[in-house]
Amino acid sequence: MANAAVATAGAPTRPVRYGSISQSRRWALRWSYFFLVLFAIFFLMPPFYMLVTALKSKEEIAAITNPWWVYSPTLSNFIELLTQNQYLIFFRNSALVSICVVVITMMISVIAAFSLARMKFWGSAALATGVFLTYLIPDTLLFIPLFKMMTFVRELTGVELVNHWWTLIIIYPTLTVPFCTWIMIGYFASIPKELDEAALIDGATWIQTLTKIFIPVALPGIIAATIFCFTVSWAQFLYPLAFTTSTTELVLPVGIVTTLIKGDVFNWGQIMAGALLGAAPPLIIYAFLMDYYIAGLTAGATKG
Amino acid sequence: MAQVSLRKVIKKYDEVLAVRGVDLDIADKEFIVLVGPSGCGKSTTLRMIAGLEEISGGDIAIGGDVVNDVPPKDRDIAMVFQNYALYPHMNVYENMSFGLKLKKTPRQVIDQRVKQAAQILDITELLDRKPKQLSGGQRQRVAMGRAIVRDPKVFLFDEPLSNLDAKLRVQMRTEIKKVHQKVRTTTVYVTHDQVEAMTLADRVVVMNAGLIEQVGTPNDLYHSPATKFVAGFIGSPAMNFIPCQLEQAAGALRVRLNDKLAFPVPEGRTSRYSAYVGKPSLVLGLRPEHIAETRPHTEPNQHDFEQVIEVVEPMGMETLVYFTIGGAEVCGRVNPNAGATANGAMKLRADLSNMHLIDDTTGKVI
Repeated sequence: MANAAVATAGAPTRPVRYGSISQSRRWALRWSYFFLVLFAIFFLMPPFYMLVTALKSKEEIAAITNPWWVYSPTLSNFIELLTQNQYLIFFRNSALVSICVVVITMMISVIAAFSLARMKFWGSAALATGVFLTYLIPDTLLFIPLFKMMTFVRELTGVELVNHWWTLIIIYPTLTVPFCTWIMIGYFASIPKELDEAALIDGATWIQTLTKIFIPVALPGIIAATIFCFTVSWAQFLYPLAFTTSTTELVLPVGIVTTLIKGDVFNWGQIMAGALLGAAPPLIIYAFLMDYYIAGLTAGATKG
Repeated sequence: MAQVSLRKVIKKYDEVLAVRGVDLDIADKEFIVLVGPSGCGKSTTLRMIAGLEEISGGDIAIGGDVVNDVPPKDRDIAMVFQNYALYPHMNVYENMSFGLKLKKTPRQVIDQRVKQAAQILDITELLDRKPKQLSGGQRQRVAMGRAIVRDPKVFLFDEPLSNLDAKLRVQMRTEIKKVHQKVRTTTVYVTHDQVEAMTLADRVVVMNAGLIEQVGTPNDLYHSPATKFVAGFIGSPAMNFIPCQLEQAAGALRVRLNDKLAFPVPEGRTSRYSAYVGKPSLVLGLRPEHIAETRPHTEPNQHDFEQVIEVVEPMGMETLVYFTIGGAEVCGRVNPNAGATANGAMKLRADLSNMHLIDDTTGKVI
């Protein structure tokens, strides 16, 4: 007993300053903050520059001053933009197209993903892979054959599909449906099999299982897909550039570029103001749906 | 009335036979437990009764009606899953009433049934909670509640206690038994735990490699197993299997375990065993509790022998001793005060009136 006490007293005390968990954690935090701040600066620089430029008058933009600061801020760019009919038309077209595309895409991809994830039928695995493969073909390759198809439809039926904003509602889903379906397949696959078996025994039909069990449980995934779908339709540039030309049929990204750049005259103040306003809807949607997006609703379904 | 009967039921996955012709009659209100090692086809059998798996051959009848092609919802069954499978976005009340709502049951009836089931399971105060706010045991109760509320012809349990910790498992086992005594519904229960099987079942069905090995009451299986598999599967610690030979000596039979050790066969069994005299690959089956320390008073068919003990495991109320005979490890259960020590010789007593002689080529108990 006595020996043991002596040995303990004689043992070197532990050097707490080195290698303690809190110490390494503190360093990890410092590094992560350093890089987070770096990333934040990097990504916030363009919107900040947009805001600064949008608040400048034409004269100030042209003058040689500090480009990162506004000396006499003005809202004239915003006012001009919003009092012009054109910009509001672009905005309306964009909003209509995006909302319709989101609705169509979610209706198709939720049902498609449910059947591909749960109803094992002949070729379902190949079909699921096929859905993803279609997403891998870039839109820069697709717009020419799509244009051909549109002209073919006109020759066949006489219905003019080119140069209408609503044509985009037909075209965008070729981009959004495959990816959203793919996301939803992953989400549905993560729902335990027993859950639909329990529903099946409880007397639910496939449709009831989908609407009453799968959609509520996979809500975070559905919201993620919705956000993605909205962002893609809102920001799409190539297809509207190729398929619409009249100013009344343009959507925001193309509209800003084609109407505010005249020849080699760039109306920078309005371009920036338009871009800022155009970036607002996705931002608002992200802000509202982020909580849902992160929340894990499946917790508690099964053990875990 | 809800008997369940299986006639030559077969399940094939591609070319693999998971269930290879199961015949079983389950009486009304009976509690049947399917037990066996993993992959023996017990869960598949249950899922075929539920209608979650199509059957590849044979017939399944519930309440006298063949239900081979009847979808699960029309079979009037309720199932409790191993991982509970509660709907995570619904509270306990909604979980339990979901099936009734789909059947368009009047709201008062639903309310009454849910409250009644909640009372039986003692979960009344949990009705507003979401599954994630419940403990494992509570979730399993809710899963059972969801089954009870439906008032089905048959309850199906698929390893319902496997996800619970040991203590809770014992507690829930009693719960399930109590619920069955209150509700009296035909029940098919699948487990790999032979203790669960023995304690819960009216009759136990032991399955192995897609076939039924034996059906019987827990005591039947324990005391007169039909095969070596059942003998080894039921009981813990497992039955000892010692290679032996049967020899004739002075008008009586003896099982010889090695050069030194041979026990006379109880008289009543002589005629049953006599055909196996001198045959190879015989195994003596003797449960650990039939190998105990020697006592002054001898009963018929008890025989003393001495062995060097290799391992001693004190369990408190008894001590397990391990030693080797003829290459086989043998376990005995002795009194904690009998003075068993590792590597020490000990006088033991084998009770041959409970012996089993097994033909190892067929795996059958003779």
